[in-house]
Amino acid sequence: MTGAPPLERRFGPYGGRYVPETLIPALDELEAAWSASRDDPAYVAELDALLRDYVGRPTPLYHAHRLSELAAGAVWLKREDLTHTGSHKINNAIGQALLAQRMGKPRVIAETGAGQHGVAAATACALLGLECVVYMGTEDMRRQEPNVQRMRLLGAEVRGVDAGARTLKEAVSAAIRDWVANVGTTHYVIGSCVGPAPYPALVRDLQRRIGDEAREQLLDQAGRLPDRAIACVGGGSNAIGTFIPFVDDEEVELIGVEAAGEGLSTRRHSAPLTTGARGVLHGAFTGVLQDEAGQILEAHSISAGLDYPGVGPEHAWLRDSGRVRYEGVEDGAALAAFHRVAELEGILPALESSHAIAWLLANPSPGLSLVTLSGRGDKDLAEVLALG
Amino acid sequence: MSIAAPAISAAFADSGKHAALMPYLMGGYPSIEESVSAGLAAVDAGADLLELGVPFSDPLADGPVIHAAATAALGSGATPHGVLGVCERLAVRVPVVLMVYANIVLTAGVETFVLRAAGSGASGLIVPDLPHDEASELRAACDAEGLALVPLVAPTTTPERVEAIGADARGFVYTVSLTGTTGERAELPEGLAETVERVRAATEVPVAVGFGISTPEQARSVAKIADGVIVGSRVVRAAGEGGALGVGSVVGELAEALRH
Repeated sequence: MTGAPPLERRFGPYGGRYVPETLIPALDELEAAWSASRDDPAYVAELDALLRDYVGRPTPLYHAHRLSELAAGAVWLKREDLTHTGSHKINNAIGQALLAQRMGKPRVIAETGAGQHGVAAATACALLGLECVVYMGTEDMRRQEPNVQRMRLLGAEVRGVDAGARTLKEAVSAAIRDWVANVGTTHYVIGSCVGPAPYPALVRDLQRRIGDEAREQLLDQAGRLPDRAIACVGGGSNAIGTFIPFVDDEEVELIGVEAAGEGLSTRRHSAPLTTGARGVLHGAFTGVLQDEAGQILEAHSISAGLDYPGVGPEHAWLRDSGRVRYEGVEDGAALAAFHRVAELEGILPALESSHAIAWLLANPSPGLSLVTLSGRGDKDLAEVLALG
Repeated sequence: MSIAAPAISAAFADSGKHAALMPYLMGGYPSIEESVSAGLAAVDAGADLLELGVPFSDPLADGPVIHAAATAALGSGATPHGVLGVCERLAVRVPVVLMVYANIVLTAGVETFVLRAAGSGASGLIVPDLPHDEASELRAACDAEGLALVPLVAPTTTPERVEAIGADARGFVYTVSLTGTTGERAELPEGLAETVERVRAATEVPVAVGFGISTPEQARSVAKIADGVIVGSRVVRAAGEGGALGVGSVVGELAEALRH
C-alpha cells in the first residue's frame, strides 16, 4: 500500500489506547504486525488475490441514471453491496483474518451490529480455517435473524449479549472482555475504524480500497473527480475508506451522514459527530454520546449497523479540521430512500447506506456525486416490511 | 517513589496482618446509604484500605458481578459526585482508593476531578483503562494534590513495561493476578508468584494483588507473596445479597485468614 499514511495512534487529540494494561502488549504486537504486513509484498499479493478472486473486487462503479434525475445531478454508486457477503465489511475481515494467521493466532473474535461484519468475519475464518466467535446483542439478533443463521452455517459461534440495550455497544464491550481473557491465542477482528490504536488506522488502511478504486473508476468512466463524495457513518469504516483517497483533492466536498434516528433534538439518535460530545468509548477518545458525568448513552437508529454511540477517532479529527462535513438523516428519510433506490434502480440498499442516499436526495446538486452503497438491504427486509 | 501517599504506606505497614486487606465496594450499590454502611462494616471487620468503585456504564475491565453492580448503581441514580460523598464518609476511617474509568475523569476534566477526589479525602486513584502511556497528565495532577495514581500490571506486561510502570508507581502497584476481567475463580493462576516477584523488583512501593481472589484460603496464599490482597467481586456480591452484614461477615473471614 504505497503512499499509505503512517500508523497513527492519535488523530489530533483523538484516538489513543484507553484499555486495560492486559491488552497493551497485544496492541503493540498488532501494530508491529500491521506495519510489517501492509508493506510486505507477500501479504499484499495474498490479500489482493483473495479480494479479486473471492470477494469480487474491484466492485463496480455504477452511474445510476434514474436516481440522477431525481437528485438533479449525476449520481455514481460505489457498489460494495456486490461483494461476496454483501457489504464492505469483508474487505476488513479478510485483511485482518490473514493478519491473525500471520501472527499465529488460531482464534478470532468479532462483534457485530447488523450482522454484516459478523458474517464477513465468519466467512473469512471459514476460508482460512480459523475458529470464530461473534458477539451480538440479543436485540440485534432479533432484528437480523437471517445473518445469525448465516454465521452459524459458516461455522461461527454466535454469543448473544444481554447487557444494556442489547445492541452493538454491548457486543463490542463483550468482545473486548473476551480478548482480555484470551489475548494469547486470540485476535480481535474489530469491524469498524473504532477502538484502541492501531485499529482505527488498520481498518482505514484496509477500507481505503473503496475510495482508491472509486477514484480511479471515476477518472476512467466519467473523466473527472466527483464534486461530492457521500457515505454513511456509524463507526465510519466505509466512510473513512471512501474519503481518505480524496482528502487531498480540495475541490471534492466530503460528507459523512450519521443516523439522526428520531431526531437530533431527541436523545434517540446515533449522531455523535453532529451533536458534538467527546469522550472515551471502547479504547479511544472520540465523538461519543454521553451524559454530563461521562456515562455512555444508548444510541438509536432504524439501522442496526449505525446504532452505536461512538465513532472512529479519525472522523472526529476530520470534522474538527473542517475537511469533512457530518450531517444527520432521520429514520423516516432513510426508509423512504430505501424504497426510492429499490423502485428507481432495482437495488435494495442496506438501511445504513440508505442514509447516504437520503442525504443526497435532500441536497440535490447539479454536480457529480459519488455515493458509497456500503451494503445490500436483503438483511433489512423484515424490518422494512414491518415498518411499511 | 512513594512521594504522594503516606496514608497508604502506613496502612500497608501497620495492617498487623500477613498482608493488608483491601476490599472493593461499588459506590452507590445497592444505594448510596447502603454503600456507606457496607464500607463501614468492612472497616469494622478488618479492612486496612478500601477500594471504592465509581460506577461507569461500560466497564471494560470488569466481569459480570461488578458490571451488574455498576449498572444497578447507575439505575438507582448514583453519580460520581454522590460516590465522592461516600468516599468522604469512609476516608475518615481508612485510606480510600477510588477505582474510576478514564471517561469519568476526562469528562470532569483531569484537574477538576483530582481536586474533587482529594477534597473528598481519597488517598489515591486507580484508572483501569488508563495504561502507563496515557497516564502522565493525570499522574502530574495527582502528585500536585497528594493523591497516589496507582498503576496496574498484568501477567502479559512485558519486562520493559514493568520497569517503567514500577518506577512511576505511587501508593502501591495493583498486580492483576490473571489474564482476564474481575471475578471469582476457583483457583489462583499459575505463575502468580513470578509475576509478583517481577513487580517487586521494579518498584519501591508495596505490591498488592487483585482479580480472582475470593476465599480466605486464596487470600492467605496471596499474602505469602504480596503486601496486599484486593477482594472485589466476592465482596460486591455480599453487598448485593446480604448488605452491610454480609460484607462484614465476608471481610471478617478474609481478615481472620490474613492474621494467622
